[in-house]
Amino acid sequence: MIEIKNLTKYFGLKKAVNDISFEVKKGEVLGFLGPNAAGKSTTMRMITGFIPPSSGTAVIGGSDITKSPIEALQKIGYLPENAPVYPEMTVRSFLEFCAEIRGFSGTTKNKKVDETIEKCFLKDVTYQPASTLSKGFKQRVCFAQSILHDPEYLILDEPTDGLDPNQKYEVRTMIREMGINKSIILSTHILEEVDAVCTRAIIIANGHIVANDTPDQLRARSGLHGAVRLVLQNADAEAVKNQINGIPGIKEIEIIDNTNNRVCLRIYPENITVPLADKILKCATENGYQVETIHTEQGRLDEVFRMITEVGEARSRLDRIVTHKSN
Amino acid sequence: MPRTLRNTKIILLRELTGYFGSPVAYVFIVIFLMLIGFFTFSVSHFYEAGQADMRSHFEWYPWLFLFLIPSVAMRLWADEKRVGTIELIMTLPISLTEVILGKFLAAWFFIGIAQLLTFPLVLSTMYLGAPDYGMIFCAYVGSFLMGGAYLSVGSMTSAITRSQVVSFIIAVVACLFLVLSGWPPVTEALVGWAPLWLINLVSSFSFMTHYQSIQRGVLDFRDIFYYLSFIFFMLYTNGVILLIRRS
Repeated sequence: MIEIKNLTKYFGLKKAVNDISFEVKKGEVLGFLGPNAAGKSTTMRMITGFIPPSSGTAVIGGSDITKSPIEALQKIGYLPENAPVYPEMTVRSFLEFCAEIRGFSGTTKNKKVDETIEKCFLKDVTYQPASTLSKGFKQRVCFAQSILHDPEYLILDEPTDGLDPNQKYEVRTMIREMGINKSIILSTHILEEVDAVCTRAIIIANGHIVANDTPDQLRARSGLHGAVRLVLQNADAEAVKNQINGIPGIKEIEIIDNTNNRVCLRIYPENITVPLADKILKCATENGYQVETIHTEQGRLDEVFRMITEVGEARSRLDRIVTHKSN
Repeated sequence: MPRTLRNTKIILLRELTGYFGSPVAYVFIVIFLMLIGFFTFSVSHFYEAGQADMRSHFEWYPWLFLFLIPSVAMRLWADEKRVGTIELIMTLPISLTEVILGKFLAAWFFIGIAQLLTFPLVLSTMYLGAPDYGMIFCAYVGSFLMGGAYLSVGSMTSAITRSQVVSFIIAVVACLFLVLSGWPPVTEALVGWAPLWLINLVSSFSFMTHYQSIQRGVLDFRDIFYYLSFIFFMLYTNGVILLIRRS
């Protein structure tokens, strides 16, 4: 288990990370979300001991990173932001170097390196110096380095940055598979990634945690969540609106589109726990409309993200005012 | 093998393959040999001197090292910072001491290789007369130790910045000071007004003072201790700077 305890970081007078605490259990893939400069990388650098926290600590599998860093680092695989790799080394010698540092030697070392090269699709570039590799390959080489020793805990800073859609898909599949018996923290600003791999997401803004929930629960915070989207052929918008308004439990009806006799409506329920779709469908067929599509919206992560991070920003502005006054 | 030794060796070997995997090593060795040859033969007149010793060779080391060693040392940390690999190396399960030592020893070893390649000169001297082998051996040891001292300064300045140029310039200036503080014109400038203990202190900090006595064939424990403690102090400072600068 990874326990983050009250991590705080000041850069000069600026508070980059403000009293962050959370836990990641085995089998969890935690998505670390936030706008640029929200403190994602700083937090990950503190968890991996690269920069010392101003206060607080991270405990990785029982080892405190500030007190016994080497013990803690042995359990971690870390992919830093921008995936640094020694430019003059070939992919194979780089991975061999990392394997040696991780304590492997002889045939075990070769086996580990071969396996990792296979797993990360690096066969074609095995003997190429890293300086000649494209961004996507460098990313994968550095990713390979982080999983080489099959660590219990993985910290990945933007693991799919610079990859093409196919490579993104492969890396995400890998992370999801590994997530079953590891604890993984990954940072990203791509929201679809959270859906694709994460079991839980933490959103931070200006150094504060502003949300900590499953992707589904986060989506449920969206204003769209539970609304029914209905598309009808050969219908008159106002007439439909009036007919549907007769159904009990409807809060509001929004006409999204109304062209060429094709009407698209969004119907918001009063209470999202009471399903409306069947009643609306019944009403539409009874009135003889041709139903093209009907579905209940799940809510959109990007909308929730925007809503939450703007609140976070407001909160940090308030913080500044308060500190200013108390000074 | 104890962990520290093993890890230091892994870092050392990686650094060495790094040198020889890029043009740095070859350019350095060729230029070093060309320059030292030029000074020994054309400026100090090795043949014309008519003596079977290598003084005309070794007297140039402090000046050549002044520019060449900072050029090797400047990439030690500045490059790691520029490329970002410092984040990788400092989050691997190894201690900072092991990394600093491994990197330093690799560069020192590399300079040692360059020095060993001056062996044809030893052969020439042997062919021309009967040199004092003890003196030649001492001079090699002394110049190698002095090289290590230059290198430790360069390693330290390299940790300050991510710019290799800045690191180079600071290292050259710092080393120049350490060389000149024992140089007769500087010490003579102090004579007459400064107390004797100050003159002694300043000149005892000089690479030159300690180098000259070793070069004369006297391998004094105090001189060796001076260089080793100097290197230790610089590398320790190097570590402190890295720890401070990472946040």
